[in-house]
Amino acid sequence: MSWEIVIGLETHAQLSTRSKIFSGAATAFGAPPNTQACAVDIALPGVLPVLNVEAVDKAIRFGIAVGATINRRSIFARKNYFYPDLPKGYQISQYEIPVVSGGGVAFRVGNTEKTVRLVRAHLEEDAGKSLHEDFHGMSGIDLNRAGTPLLEIVSEPDMRSAEEAVAYARTLHALVRWIEICDGNMQEGSFRCDANVSVRPEGSDQLGTRREIKNLNSFRFLQHAIDYEANWQIEQLEEGKCIEQATVLFDPDKAQTRLMRTKEEAHDYRYFPDPDLLPLEIDEDWIERIRAQMPELPAARQSRYQSDLALSQHDAASLVAGREVADYFDAVLSAVGADDTKATAKLIVNWISGELAAALNRAELELSESPVTAAALAGLISRIMDNTLSSKLAKEVFDGLWKGEGSADEIIEKRGLTQISDSNAIEKLVEEVLAANPQQATDYRGGKQKAFNALVGQVMKASKGKANPAQVNEILRRKLDSC
Amino acid sequence: MSLTLHDVQRVAMLARIEVTDTESEQILEQLHGIFKLIEQMQSVDTAAIEPMAHAQDAVGRLRLDTVTETDQHELFQSVAPAAEQELYLVPRVIE
Repeated sequence: MSWEIVIGLETHAQLSTRSKIFSGAATAFGAPPNTQACAVDIALPGVLPVLNVEAVDKAIRFGIAVGATINRRSIFARKNYFYPDLPKGYQISQYEIPVVSGGGVAFRVGNTEKTVRLVRAHLEEDAGKSLHEDFHGMSGIDLNRAGTPLLEIVSEPDMRSAEEAVAYARTLHALVRWIEICDGNMQEGSFRCDANVSVRPEGSDQLGTRREIKNLNSFRFLQHAIDYEANWQIEQLEEGKCIEQATVLFDPDKAQTRLMRTKEEAHDYRYFPDPDLLPLEIDEDWIERIRAQMPELPAARQSRYQSDLALSQHDAASLVAGREVADYFDAVLSAVGADDTKATAKLIVNWISGELAAALNRAELELSESPVTAAALAGLISRIMDNTLSSKLAKEVFDGLWKGEGSADEIIEKRGLTQISDSNAIEKLVEEVLAANPQQATDYRGGKQKAFNALVGQVMKASKGKANPAQVNEILRRKLDSC
Repeated sequence: MSLTLHDVQRVAMLARIEVTDTESEQILEQLHGIFKLIEQMQSVDTAAIEPMAHAQDAVGRLRLDTVTETDQHELFQSVAPAAEQELYLVPRVIE
């Protein structure tokens, strides 16, 4: 029998606010334990939560970005369970009415366009951290993370393979960073996924029993965990066994999932509206104010690149993979200010995804840390466009830019790199080379193409690599064919 | 709605409340009384009424995103049952 895999993701995006969702304690990562956990976060008696307006702003931004409904009235609820890193004995979350309902995320997998529908996105607080190292048989609790604002984004079970799930998660990750609501740092846990996985016979419209894989904090783990889990479920079913609803953990070292708890032991969260918090009301003005601050979204930017700048789908998609890259590209393009924007755009893409990406990669730097600024790269691109530089010389100039030797023009001057485009000068070089290599000229006339390439090489060498190669080709061919 | 002793024990477990068998029987009886009251309330037609999220007819106050709290962990940990290396210590958690 052939099986279909069905996947839905629940993603926790940590909202990049300065203070916590319900208290004035700082959210900075990496502070010494419990130094950013105030009386509200550690649930001392008599304290009350007050909602951070910035967390709501960011939830609205997300709702607008995915074309969702922003609910005019949403309600905070208590999700009750006992765990030492949850000081109140409940997590403040949203249950019946979340701040954001519906919407969707579109992306490509290979050559297929795919849209994953969203169920909802709701605001909630994060829990603290348990350190299971042995403190005389006890566990240590750090409550710095308790109360950090999270947006939990719940998808419909619309994905059919681990590849689709990863593509969706990557798109969502790029989007939350693009609209600046989350720093997306997965090592620090700012963006993490739970995957609901089930399988069913191909063609069935019934959902199989799902198992939920908790806390996947890298795209590679997401891929491996889903692959392993789906194969395990298929094996069980093919052996005639049933799948029991359960929560599992992924062990990255063994690349397999293991049982955490079954439905029987599942938490019964006993949600109820939190009496400490009044309903959150969002009016039209608030939404419009946020809408006016929204940046152009990746999908819109990509289609603009394709239609206005005639970039290929592949090139345009590579630029909008991150806001920094797209903004860098725009800055270079506008600084070059060329007449032929289409040719310039393509040239810039090639340099960003070629030399620049390779150099950043070697130096293990992010684009934001690049020693070559957009203005500096624009200087280089301008000199390629006006034929001052051949592509070979351009690479030398780039090397100078990378090493901080000044602007492209200064480097050209200092290193004496101007391309020779003066046809008289090139003709002179060609004549000298022909005079010195009569045998190769004869070979070429005898039909040996190789001899021609050797002659081009000689001319380029004589010019110290500065001659315009296209002109060398043309002049050399004319000279050889004319006598 | 008919509640069983098993339900009482499950709810007590979820709420981490220890109850003896005798107490369970008493609680069961009390809960039956409460459920009768709920049944009575449920007989009221509320179809056209929006569920109330809060007893007060008001909207939540919001705060600006500024850090207003200072580090007071030493004070807080002075009343904690156990603390070490700035961590609160609790009976070992295994999952």
